[in-house]
Order: sequence, then C-alpha cells, then structure tokens
Amino acid sequence: MGINDVILKTVAKAVVLIIFTFGIYLFLSGHNSPGGGFVGGLVLASAFVLMFLSYDTETVKDAIPIDFKKLSAFGVLLAVLSGLGPLLFGQNFLEQSFDYFNLPIFGKTEIATVLIFEAGIALTVVGVVVNIILSISEDE
Amino acid sequence: MNNIILIPMILPILAGVLLIFLRTYGRLQAWTSIAVMAVVAAAAVYLLNAIQTDGILRIDFGGWTPPFGISFVADSFAVLLVLTSSVVTVICLLHALVSTDKELVTMYFYPTVLFLIAGINGSFLSGDIFNLFVCFEVMLLSSYILLTLGGSKRQLREAIKYVSINIVSSWFFLIAIAYLYGAVGTLNFAHLSVRVAENGQEPLLTTISIVFLIVFSLKAGLLLYFWLPGSYSSPPVVTSALFGALLTKVGIYAMFRMFTLVFYHEPETTHNIIAVMAVLTLIGGSIGAIAHNDIRQIAAYNVVIAVGFILTGLAIATPDAIEGAIFYLLHDMVVKALLFLLIGTIILLTGTAQIGKMSGIIQNYPILGWSFFIAMLSLAGIPPLSGFVGKVLLSQGAIDSGSYILLAIALGSSLFVLYSLLKIFKNCFWGETIVSKDDQVPLRRGFLVPCLLLVALTIGIGLGAEGLSDYVSDAADTLLNPQVYIDAVLTEDFQ
Repeated sequence: MGINDVILKTVAKAVVLIIFTFGIYLFLSGHNSPGGGFVGGLVLASAFVLMFLSYDTETVKDAIPIDFKKLSAFGVLLAVLSGLGPLLFGQNFLEQSFDYFNLPIFGKTEIATVLIFEAGIALTVVGVVVNIILSISEDE
Repeated sequence: MNNIILIPMILPILAGVLLIFLRTYGRLQAWTSIAVMAVVAAAAVYLLNAIQTDGILRIDFGGWTPPFGISFVADSFAVLLVLTSSVVTVICLLHALVSTDKELVTMYFYPTVLFLIAGINGSFLSGDIFNLFVCFEVMLLSSYILLTLGGSKRQLREAIKYVSINIVSSWFFLIAIAYLYGAVGTLNFAHLSVRVAENGQEPLLTTISIVFLIVFSLKAGLLLYFWLPGSYSSPPVVTSALFGALLTKVGIYAMFRMFTLVFYHEPETTHNIIAVMAVLTLIGGSIGAIAHNDIRQIAAYNVVIAVGFILTGLAIATPDAIEGAIFYLLHDMVVKALLFLLIGTIILLTGTAQIGKMSGIIQNYPILGWSFFIAMLSLAGIPPLSGFVGKVLLSQGAIDSGSYILLAIALGSSLFVLYSLLKIFKNCFWGETIVSKDDQVPLRRGFLVPCLLLVALTIGIGLGAEGLSDYVSDAADTLLNPQVYIDAVLTEDFQ
C-alpha cells in the first residue's frame, strides 16, 4: 500500500453518509416532484461506488454482505409484483392508489403504492450499477 | 379488465427473476421455464379464441386510456405470433435440457431466454410505438447476453458486430420516434393511424416512414442482413435456433404493423421500396445459401431468404398475399427452429460443420436424416407440409395484382432453398458412412424428441391449414382494415 489515503478514507466516511441521506431524500420526494426511484437509486449507488474506491472491495464486501446480482433481481421482482397487486382487487395492471395518513413526526403525509414500485426500481439500479463497477474492478 | 393479455410478457419476466435466485439448480430452472412457456402458450390459445368472439382485446396499464397511457393490444396477428413463438420456445427448451452445458446453465441461461421471450411477446402486443421500442430493447439486451454466453472466440467476434449494429439501429429507431412525435404529436398506433390519415401522408411523413423502414430492415435482415449469417451461426444450438426462429420475425412484425396501420397511404413509394428490398434480399440470400459449405451458414442464409419472401407479401398487400405472408411467417418460425436444431445436432454428433467432412450420417442416425428431409421439403413448399399454404396464397395474391416479377423471384428462391439443403442432404446424409456402427456417438432421445415434435408441428400446420385459416384471415382482415384496430383502441372523441 504505497499511497497514503488517510484523507480519502476519512472524507469518504462522512461523505457516504451525506450521499445516502440525499439519495433517500431524492427517492422519497418521488413521483410528483423531481426525484424518484431511478435517480435516487443512482445516487445511492454512487455512495457504494465511493466506498469501493476508497476502501478495497474485500473490506466493503465483508461489511456489507449483499449479493448485488440478487439485489437487482429482487428489485425487479418487487416492481413487477407491485404492478400485479391491483389485479387482486380486480383492477388493471400497474393501477396506483394513494391516501393521506397522520404520521407522528411528519404530520399529514401522502403515501402511495407507487412507492413500492419506485423502491423496486431503486434497488434494481443500485444492484446493476454496483455490479457493473465490481465486474470492471475484477478485470485483470 | 383483460389482464390475461399481460401473461405472455409478465409471466416470463416473473419466472426469469425468480430463477436468478435458483441459479445452481439446473434441472429445476429448465422445467420451470418449460412449464411457464406452456402456460403462456395456453393463454395465447385462450386469447386467440376470445378475439374471434369479442373482437380485438386491450389492456390499459394503470387505467390510463389510450392515447394517453400505454396499453397492450391483442389482435389475431399479434396473438398468432405470440402463440407460435411460445410453442417454439417450449420445444427449444426441451432441446436445451440435454444440449446445454452445465456451465451455461449456471450463468443465467434460462432467465435470459425467458427475458428474451418476454421482450418478443411484449413487442408483438404493445399498442404504442415507444413501448415497442422498449420491448425491442428488452429482447436485444437478452440476445446480446445469449450471443456471448459460452464465450468462444468466434462468438465474441460476431457479438461485437451484432451489438454495434443493433445499438446504431436502436439509435435510429429512437430518432425516428422523435421525428414522428414531432410531426404528429402522438405515439399510440391507433392514434397515429388516425392523425396520419387526417393530415394526409405528406412527403415529410413518408420520409419518416422510410427511416422506420431502415430500422426494421436492420432488425429483420431485409436487405441489410450483412450481420445476420455470422451472428446467427456462432452461438450454441438452442440459442441459434431461438434466434433463427424468432428474432427476425419481430422486425417483420413491426414492418407489417407500421405499413398496414399507419403508413399505408403512399404505397407507390413505401411499398415499392419494400418490394425492391425484398427482391434484393431474396437474390442475395439465395447466392449466400448456395455459396457456403458451412452448414450453419447455409441455415442462416435460409433465414434471410424467408425474410425476403414474407415481405414480398407486404409489398403486394392484397388480402391473399397478406394471408399468405402470415401463414408463411408462422410456418417459418416452426421450421427454422427445426432446421437449426437439426443442424446443431448434426454438429454435436460429428464435431464438424463443413459439408466435405461428413458423409453417410443417415445410416447411423436414420430418424435424424428423415427429419432433415422433411424440414427440407417443408422449407421448399412441398404440398402436405406447412410451407405450401403460404406460398400458394402469396402466389395467388401476386398473380391477382399482376406482380409477376416478384412472383417469379419469390418462387425462384424456393429452388435455391431446395438446392442448398439438398446439398447438405446429399453430402452429409448419403454416401459411404465415415463412422462404423460401433464407434458412433449415441444419439440421445432428448435430442430427437424436440425435432420430432417440430416435424409433427410442420405436418400439422400443413394438414390443419383449414382450421388455422379462420384465425389467419381474421388477422389479415385487421391488418387491411385499420379502422377495425382503431375502433378497438380509441374512443369516439379521438377518432
């Protein structure tokens, strides 16, 4: 290990947290304003990529024991199933519904079923992007 | 509430995703895929009959009615293709059960095949052109994976060509869609048809239609087929059978849809260009088929000839010709799968693809030999088999409309098909056998059963053409009367 990367590692620790927060914010700001599953997923993936860059892949893989291939598959599954859900209620594929709830801290909040669909997309994007980066890094 | 229309696309996707989690269980993956595709085929049969009684069916995603939302539209033409492609896939997967390496199976072979089928079926069913583009991409991405899976040098070399040509054509596709949206302001097929008819098909729209023609020609291998023989002949047996049987057909479908539903007002320009391209494809394909000595290349050039033949039907565009083209399309899916499976099996057994290095295989494997013989007759269009009906109807259409040159070249190409396959039959199956009975590689039943099923299917389509003709003529009716399609999709306000 020739390069002294203390600064990179220290900064990465803080920045990863900020990126995660921003990613989740983008994801939740969701379908009515700029943001959504795809963009949120990309930002979340960039946090993972930063971790893989500043630490080596082994360390990160030990810390986060997720198979990213399966994560993206799970994302697609979630998105498709959320589309199939309305069929149980005799409605069209991908039909969405929403309602307002009074949550403890947030107050009156709109919660829509499209959130599940978006979560699927976010997971897929995270899985695919990290997977691509990992495949490139494995290349000799 | 016609959610059953979703099955041909959603079920393969769902099953494919689930199979990713079952990566190491090869047999389980295979049988699940087969079962899923059988269910899809059954759903297609149900849909086909429902369409005959209730007319064209439609499902609006999320309840957004066309032209605003995206929808799947199931007419006879689309569902016939969905049915045939699903049946062919089931049979190809049965072959994959024995012929696919263990290594390939654990590298997501079955999920990718299922995604490929989802893309193909989605393309057939989608009711707007952007959704068609998306489904095309699903299909193409899966085909990139399938083409490179296995990773032999030859495969990778061909994959580079295949991927780059398809990325370029997808880019053209996107641009053409943007032009079209800029010109008429909608992407729904039915709405496009209404708007284009209202404004008249001006030179600008005709130009856009030609951009679409180029895109679909690249995908279907109409004239722009230079990439096809290499990439269809390099992957493992089952993959090349699926490619040869199904992939070009999606491009052909898209051309039929666009030039019968939307851009049908200027046949002097568009349909004449298609006719010229079809003729050149027939000639080029025939030359390729007789020039090569590699049996995989000969089979791949036969795909090219069939594309040219089917599109002469679109160029003539009389009811008989369209019916003939649809019949031939269905026949071609079945018999091309058969041809590629047989050729793949021959290569597995003899270890070579060169005509000169094989001889007398029929003495070792009689059933294989006679299956090949039947496939050859069917491709050439000999009466009791499935190729005959399509050729007769198409010829009738050509005679009615006085397109004698097209007719002569289309039928002339059949002779070249026959010649190229007879060359294989004569050199590989006849003559002195090169392996003695004791030394021959045993032919496992798993290789033969799928081939025999396809042989039965080609005989069945030929003999049962009467029963099929109701569905086919309904499909041709819908294609020739855009108003039927428009009425089924759009409400009065948008017409």
